[in-house]
Amino acid sequence: MERTKESPLALYQAHLEAGELAYQWSPEAGKAVFYPRVICPFTGSNRLEWRVSSGLGTVYATTVTHPREGAPYNVALIDCDEGFRLMSRVEDIAPAAVRIGMRVRFRVHRPGGDEPLYPVFTPLGTV
Amino acid sequence: MDGLQRGSAAIVGIAESDLGAVAKEMTPIDLMAQGIQRALADCGLHLRDVDGLICATTQSRTSGLALSEYLGISPAFIDTTILGGSSFMFHVAHAQAALQLGLCKVAVIAYGSTQRTVGRRQASVREYNPYETPFRPFLPATAYALAASRHMHQYGTTREQLAAVAVAAREWALLNPAAWEKKPLTVDEVLSARMVSYPFTVRDCCLITDGGGAVIMTTAERARSLKKPPVYVLGCGQAITHANISSMPDLTVTGALQSGRAAYEMARLSPGDIDVVELYDAFTINTILFLEDLGFCPKGEGGRFVCDGRIAPGGGLPVNTNGGGLSYCHPGMYGLFLLIEAARQLRRECGARQIADCETAIAHGNGGVLSSQSSVILGTQATI
Repeated sequence: MERTKESPLALYQAHLEAGELAYQWSPEAGKAVFYPRVICPFTGSNRLEWRVSSGLGTVYATTVTHPREGAPYNVALIDCDEGFRLMSRVEDIAPAAVRIGMRVRFRVHRPGGDEPLYPVFTPLGTV
Repeated sequence: MDGLQRGSAAIVGIAESDLGAVAKEMTPIDLMAQGIQRALADCGLHLRDVDGLICATTQSRTSGLALSEYLGISPAFIDTTILGGSSFMFHVAHAQAALQLGLCKVAVIAYGSTQRTVGRRQASVREYNPYETPFRPFLPATAYALAASRHMHQYGTTREQLAAVAVAAREWALLNPAAWEKKPLTVDEVLSARMVSYPFTVRDCCLITDGGGAVIMTTAERARSLKKPPVYVLGCGQAITHANISSMPDLTVTGALQSGRAAYEMARLSPGDIDVVELYDAFTINTILFLEDLGFCPKGEGGRFVCDGRIAPGGGLPVNTNGGGLSYCHPGMYGLFLLIEAARQLRRECGARQIADCETAIAHGNGGVLSSQSSVILGTQATI
């Protein structure tokens, strides 16, 4: 048995460091897999290929969450064009103006400090 | 559910522990024990009769050990399955299986939570999810709000229709002396309350209370010799579709579709045969989704279905007759209270909110963020 050298999360984070949104592809299922894992949930196989997304997607669901203190913010689910979905937020637009069906593009968010990088999205055409 | 036999086991004892805001320093295990003592008194059984122990709480890592020690028993059968608020419907199926197989003779299902007293964050620690936590979803509300956004987009469901669910729940609660909320509520008050996660205001969200309780189950044969009329388990069904909202396949279709179908099949009943409907209403969208997925109205019609008092007292379909998680009580994992209310209705013990001539009820549990669904159909002696 081959030992895992880098966790799926570490590889995903390394792609983000390189400015890329990575996902996995299951050749046996012919489907995208997200979040990254060690076996394919469609087939049970450990054959999963890493791929880099075009970064284009569509808002599947959206809400504006209102904290007790601080400004309201967007939380959205994005369907990427390659066929996987992830949680994120849409920036560069008022949180309440985010609409289901809106086309969006990925960018890396760098929170600073020890915080890990994560993907956010902006409306297409406002890059 | 294959292997479980319609009517082979029954709920014979039910009780809530103290609810609302309980005495200072009460523990979840205290509340479980209080519920068990009251539920045993309800059916005339004794603690020494209990050889099956089933419990779940977010506040004790090994609650099965803690509760066994507290009660001074060494159960022949024990189960501490925890899948969120629906855990207790799963427990009913497990208890029925254990009773059928003779693994135990009397099973107790218990719950306790002091989340109001100790604070929600303390009562239920959220795990860090690197794919969700950075976006600061206020869970579980944000996840259910995402589902609501999708339902509104696809089916034209409105905030007023969501609010109608909260108003109906409040009207039921006003008929329930044990309910936390005591004042009437209007659609306008729901809409203008503090926003939590659009489209939900705080009135679209369940209460945060303390509380617990217990349900006693035994074989159908033994049930008939006890104090109260048996409430038979006619059908059980379950489904798990995801854990985190970003992995839910379709935010407008829940696993209640599968869990309901399995429960109806085992019970040999259809939605039209159900007299009382108890649905896990953690948020107003839940009631709408489950009415659709359990077959009480077509997919997408839930918003229109709940309007005009349809699910309120005196409406066409009695739903959440205790006032629900929205207005009666919601101590973290609410599923057990749906079973208690369904059984209480079938025993004709509901006073002002009693549904006349009810013989069948469905208690539908939801756990996580629409993640685990479990349906239990119950019936009176007349259904056997």
